[in-house]
Amino acid sequence: MSEGGQVGIVLVSHSAEVAASVAALAKALAGGGAAVPVAVAGGTEDGGFGTSAGLVAGAAAAVDRGAGVAVLADLGSAVLTVRALLAEGDELPPGTRLVDAPFVEGAVAAVVTAAAGADLAAVEAAAGEAYTYRKV
Amino acid sequence: MLDADFFRRWMTAAAASVDRAADRLTELDSPIGDADHGSNLRRGFTAVRAALEEESPDTPGAVLTLAGRRLVSTVGGASGPLYGMLLRRTGKALGDAAEVSEEQFAGALRVGVDAVRALGGAAPGDKTMIDALAPAVDALGDSFAAARSAALAGAEATTPLRARKGRASYLGERSVGHQDPGAASAALLVAALAEVAGE
Repeated sequence: MSEGGQVGIVLVSHSAEVAASVAALAKALAGGGAAVPVAVAGGTEDGGFGTSAGLVAGAAAAVDRGAGVAVLADLGSAVLTVRALLAEGDELPPGTRLVDAPFVEGAVAAVVTAAAGADLAAVEAAAGEAYTYRKV
Repeated sequence: MLDADFFRRWMTAAAASVDRAADRLTELDSPIGDADHGSNLRRGFTAVRAALEEESPDTPGAVLTLAGRRLVSTVGGASGPLYGMLLRRTGKALGDAAEVSEEQFAGALRVGVDAVRALGGAAPGDKTMIDALAPAVDALGDSFAAARSAALAGAEATTPLRARKGRASYLGERSVGHQDPGAASAALLVAALAEVAGE
């Protein structure tokens, strides 16, 4: 999958603030300066809580460098919208995947891994592994 | 035989019905959801009506595919991708025929309902739109009126169920005693179908 470019990361949340903050946190924890393409699709186009298919498609296109795009989504319509777009086949860049991962921890793992130059499968695996970090 | 105009009238009737029932749908969505189902669907079907007027698709498949695409891009809640998938997959299954038989439509709608089940992972009894759609598709082989009755009965039968999908599932036992808003709106769509069929 990897052809030189970096894996793109898209964060889809019901809330624009949540998506933007998680993106900022993940980039900071990845070393700040690392040039991982990260884009957000937060809330609806009119600024409300929800999911916009247009914002998701736009974000995925914006971070596509030819090495695949890992999409992380928070809940409900965010997950279903991404799955519906993927099911249609032509609305997201080739090599786009919905990553099964917790939103915050998965985003951090995905961005850190992508910053290290990993391919899409490794980014997906790292994000999914975040489910196994127990806190108590 | 059912032509593009039949399906356009179905979508227009569905839009009018959703518009009339939007407050009731949002009310159903208040105790167990996030109180936006009526307004979300109203926005979606208003956009569907506008898109059908602008683009005037000329086959049954094209009408439903366009309507589904508009729902995915305008609803903003989980019902957008779910109803969008229903109409798009149904439309795709109808191909580019200028007219389809009722049997062909029933078969295509089953493909659409199966796609909704795959997307959301819901089975009958989970207190979702599937509880109205699945019995409606089964009854569509008999008549549109039978499908309407089956969808309505399925929606009403969600009241005593405990939600196992979507936001309502977080409520556990407290979701019991409320009709599922998605099943209620699905029954409206099926009723609109019977209405335009003159049944």
